[in-house]
Amino acid sequence: MDSKISEGVSAIECHGVGKTFKVVQRNKWHRVATITHAVKGIDLVLPRHQILGVLGPNGSGKSTLIRMMATLLIPDEGTIQVFGLDVLAHRMKVRRLINRVSVEASFFKKLTARENLAYAAGLYGVPNYQAQKDATRILERLGLAREKLVVPLENLSRGQQQKIAIARALLTSPTLMLLDEPTTGLDPTSRREVQDFVLQVRQEHDATILITTHDMPEAERLCDQIAIIDEGRFVAYASPEELVKKWGEGQGLEHAFFRLTGHNLDNQEQESS
Amino acid sequence: MIAVEREARALGSIVRRNFHLIRRYAGWEVVFLFYNVINTLTIGLIGLSLPPGQRAHTVVFLAIGALLWNFLSILFQEISNAVSWERWEGTIEYSFMAPIHRLTYLMGVCLYAVIYGLVRTVVILIVVMLFFHVSIQRADWIGALVVLTASALPFIGLGLMGAVLPLLSTERGAQATQIIQGVLLLVSGVYYPVSVLPGWLRWMSYGSPATYTLQASRQAILGGRALSSLVGISLELFLSGFILVPIGLFIFQTAERWAMHRGTLKRNG
Repeated sequence: MDSKISEGVSAIECHGVGKTFKVVQRNKWHRVATITHAVKGIDLVLPRHQILGVLGPNGSGKSTLIRMMATLLIPDEGTIQVFGLDVLAHRMKVRRLINRVSVEASFFKKLTARENLAYAAGLYGVPNYQAQKDATRILERLGLAREKLVVPLENLSRGQQQKIAIARALLTSPTLMLLDEPTTGLDPTSRREVQDFVLQVRQEHDATILITTHDMPEAERLCDQIAIIDEGRFVAYASPEELVKKWGEGQGLEHAFFRLTGHNLDNQEQESS
Repeated sequence: MIAVEREARALGSIVRRNFHLIRRYAGWEVVFLFYNVINTLTIGLIGLSLPPGQRAHTVVFLAIGALLWNFLSILFQEISNAVSWERWEGTIEYSFMAPIHRLTYLMGVCLYAVIYGLVRTVVILIVVMLFFHVSIQRADWIGALVVLTASALPFIGLGLMGAVLPLLSTERGAQATQIIQGVLLLVSGVYYPVSVLPGWLRWMSYGSPATYTLQASRQAILGGRALSSLVGISLELFLSGFILVPIGLFIFQTAERWAMHRGTLKRNG
């Protein structure tokens, strides 16, 4: 990617970011408007090369926040900068620096992994031969056999699809990766492989990573900092150790999460997958 | 990398993706093509029910309508359904997050639609010629091609406007594009001269680029008119294209921004 990044700037800076959704539903004779304050007054400074975990119950605003950073949603309030570039004023430059893996692996399901990756790489200006070479290497590293590249996506398991989604994001060498629950629905082995790979990406690709997850051990293993979000607001922002120390009462991150949000995580992942 | 090269690569990948999709849905493609061929032949056969003196002329008149409508409707449908299709697959956010100009994305969709529409129309044309043994030796094919190319532009503009609807309404947008297509079919004189339309409906035919395309193509093929006589109508079509395409693009970008405000870009709104 050819966008220059100034040294010393943060990977992400958010100031007073807010987003409200209005859904109008027709109820026989009249319309009923529902207002949802998805994100409220988020302030965040994420230094480069760090992994930030955003933890929160379903509907707490995690995905909305990521969508705004990914230039897919326009904030109602506040500003978001990615490597010093405002996401609204410099949308195209920001897009060259980021990539996103969403909880649902968004692919053309009838197309093979190879065809999907060729499309994605083309959109980012990556030559097809290079994309295929890199994809094979990345997928082998993620434990996906080479033969799977020629199988239509609809015939692959969710875990396999998610690995291809991660490979797709990495093909474009993003400087900031936004991972929205990338391991949801994966078996323990695949989950571990993805986690190892995330750590490797940070190390080898000089990338900054923002990850949302419901998996507390995952958050503890991967993240330098954790932000806990509830009802659109950050209720805590600290390193995993500090969170456990301050809120976990020696019973781990999950206990800290429960104390901060009042939500139990038991069914969160199941609901979101 | 040079920006133009990057955009060209992206455009190529969109066209290639759509042809890959055709291959995966090959069964349905064969079915649609078969239906189009049968539909065109059926419409042409109406001409054979007329007195012998009128048959050849009517068959060609109807076949031109069916063939052109086939091409223009594919163009409109493919462009206007691009958003619905991506939303249905769940890929819209990924495609729209890519660092390419929206014009490049839409040009990719349009280029594919033109190639795909032309290929299907040529196949149907060959079947029609063989089936009806129609003599079209006098036809001005270059003139017809000029008119066809000129008419593609305004239809691309209309398609871009139609593509906006699924962005505005997740559920009803795609349905609305079908209605627009139906209205264009009714008022453009595809199978009859627009003069037979009731007065309250006829004025709409003047707004449809297909009306002029059909008239000019029939003049070129049936009348064997010289290319020079079609210059005026082709220029009008080109001009309307040059107006409608930027308007369509502007409307699309405005609607995309609106969807990004409302959060309706993603699949389930």
